[in-house]
Amino acid sequence: MRSKLGLDFKKVGYAKEVSKRIADDVQKFVDNYSTVAVERTLCRLLGIDGVDNNEVPLPNVVVDVLQEKGVLSEGVMFFLGNAVLETGLNPQEIAEKIAVGELDLTTIPVHATEEIHQAIQPFVIKSIQVIKDRKAKRDNYLNTIGEGAKPYLYVIVATGNIYEDVVQAEAAARQGADIIAVIRTTGQSLLDYVPYGATTEGFGGTVATQENFRIMRTALDKVGEEEGRYIRLCNYCSGLCMPEIAAMGAIEGLDVMLNDALYGILFRDINMQRTIVDQYFSRLLNGFAGVIINTGEDNYLTTADAFDEAHTVLASDFINEQLALVAGIPEEQMGLGHAFEMTPDLENGFLYELAQAQMIREIFPKAPLKYMPPTKFMTGNVFKGHVQDALFNQISIWTGQGIQLLGMLTEAIHTPFMSDRYLSIENAKYIFNNMKSIGDEMEFKEGGIIRQRAAKVLDDATELVEKIEKEGLFTALEKGIFADIKRPKNGGKGLAGVVEKGSNYFNPFIELLHKK
Amino acid sequence: MSGGLYSTDSNEFDKTLDLTKIKPYGDTMNDGKTQVSFTLPVAKGDEAIEAAKQMMRKMGFENPQVVYVQELMKGFTFFNCYGNCIHTVDFTGITVPKVEATAMDMHETDDFIKENIGRSIRVLGASTGSDAHTVGIDAIMNMKGFAGHYGLERYEMMEALNMGSQVPNEEFIAKAIEFEADVLLVSQTVTQKDVHIKNLVDLVELMEAEGLREKVILICGGPRISHELAKELGYDAGFGMNKYADDVASYAAQELSRRLNK
Repeated sequence: MRSKLGLDFKKVGYAKEVSKRIADDVQKFVDNYSTVAVERTLCRLLGIDGVDNNEVPLPNVVVDVLQEKGVLSEGVMFFLGNAVLETGLNPQEIAEKIAVGELDLTTIPVHATEEIHQAIQPFVIKSIQVIKDRKAKRDNYLNTIGEGAKPYLYVIVATGNIYEDVVQAEAAARQGADIIAVIRTTGQSLLDYVPYGATTEGFGGTVATQENFRIMRTALDKVGEEEGRYIRLCNYCSGLCMPEIAAMGAIEGLDVMLNDALYGILFRDINMQRTIVDQYFSRLLNGFAGVIINTGEDNYLTTADAFDEAHTVLASDFINEQLALVAGIPEEQMGLGHAFEMTPDLENGFLYELAQAQMIREIFPKAPLKYMPPTKFMTGNVFKGHVQDALFNQISIWTGQGIQLLGMLTEAIHTPFMSDRYLSIENAKYIFNNMKSIGDEMEFKEGGIIRQRAAKVLDDATELVEKIEKEGLFTALEKGIFADIKRPKNGGKGLAGVVEKGSNYFNPFIELLHKK
Repeated sequence: MSGGLYSTDSNEFDKTLDLTKIKPYGDTMNDGKTQVSFTLPVAKGDEAIEAAKQMMRKMGFENPQVVYVQELMKGFTFFNCYGNCIHTVDFTGITVPKVEATAMDMHETDDFIKENIGRSIRVLGASTGSDAHTVGIDAIMNMKGFAGHYGLERYEMMEALNMGSQVPNEEFIAKAIEFEADVLLVSQTVTQKDVHIKNLVDLVELMEAEGLREKVILICGGPRISHELAKELGYDAGFGMNKYADDVASYAAQELSRRLNK
């Protein structure tokens, strides 16, 4: 591809090599560890669901017991395989017995390793098949009723009540939305369990539960069939239950997941070891299930200065790409995030934004890039806000972005009204149609502001990944390289849930999920 | 839509400004012109438009005009309307509680503290409760600040500690005691069903129980916060939209000086 910006692709290639080494270094750590969340995910994949008498999810019941007894390092696959062999029960029945105190996994006689592996194998195969079938269902929709054109129009629903969300989502889909994101209730990222069942109460969003996923998926399939356009469903694969949400999404047919390797560390103060191990397994699942991941780089600049720190976004995109590749996510499923939240008062701000959006497009040519106008500079002046969103829509169609998170004129005031969503979709459709081929018609002047800006950001990002490689990602995060936020390696939430893998540990899913 | 693009209605009303009876202003004094948009849960049609007009009349508008109608989905219709408001407000009788402080910039505040307090002010801030958003507290506290207004961390005479988001009230109070805070800043950004109010009230009650309330200057802030609301909830001051670190710092310095130099 010829660069419209005169980008130095040798430099891009070099930066990607450096980033690959950063990701490989992280992976060496990941390979030796598991977490309570990964182990609960395995429980879910083996079919364990439901809650005990105290509303504790059964995956937590199983994993908590093993952790209390200090044997979680051997992994749930080992103990459950052994229990299946001994009792002849399936994993769900075993979990139910544990919940009522009728079974202790740690006192069962230990069988031969080979037999344990064989005993659990049918449940593993079945689980993989469930996910494959789900993926086939989506592929069938895409091949029959089809989908909207890119950039996909992405809107949020956030009523707190899943049934009300369904009404809002249906309206948005009929107005032209391609992706419905159900915003999670405030604070769910810090829960070390996934709540159960359909829910009608939430703050600033709706609880992510498997039942809520199912309710929304069913509703969107119905609307999609009627509208003749597949409607994608998005949720948040982040926080302390990152891989569990990935498993739930893979089973229930979610299409898009917010799934950033570093976001939880920076913005939710989740321990970095925990997050790095969790993100790997969650991304294995997302990759296998055909889920598009969205990364959260646009958030970095809510705390740091967007003009000066633009290169940190590109550097993080480089690293997120490599961590995703390690986990087997194809480029076509990488919704790398970028949007530079520069103040609207900045002279030539549109030109810088355009330069950076085009730069990211050329550096990650196959990725369905996620692009988003800034919430930070929405003021309550809804009229100006609508214009700001329109400018971002212009850049999106001009530079061929993959997913357009639609700004709402009432952002920073309230979660969107049904009519707000309509106005935003109308705005985007108008611009995307009216300016459809502008990107094919326009080139950028040699030596001009736009080319110089792109070259500068690439230079700075390359320098930054070099520095991160020298320090290692963990140390770089400790020093506050991203978003001006410093996080200690042994600080933050969830560290107690990290375990080094023991001699009996096995997880056959890792290999199976890597195979497509 | 109908209703006349350019109305030729006679303007038979008093066009002199009377501050005891003010009305919205379109392009003529006392015309009462107002724009309103809303959605009704009914299908698009003549009945829906009539319903919107009746709604406008009940909201206090004469001559309601429905200028744009759009069905959002089956059973929901969106309206843009204009009307002449019949209500008036007595502007001369209005009093609004305000934060009592002279606005100073960073250097003036630092000088003020040196002169009147003679030591650094200790400020502890957090986004408390379930709120995961740090954008508000960061704008006030972080070195860089927001929109050209430096944050409290940059002030020479302030020791500012930002605890970040989702800090439980109990933890916040424990830290306040340990840090020997003079000033506490509580930020509430995202709120639904007034969860921020409950959280703010809980903090005041906990502080009273700990005997801490009178020992600190307690300030809250966020897009939904006004000074009046803050006072009602038992805070010393509240800062809403378009307030920056300078406003918070000026107030904190002057209020602490008032208390120490009584």
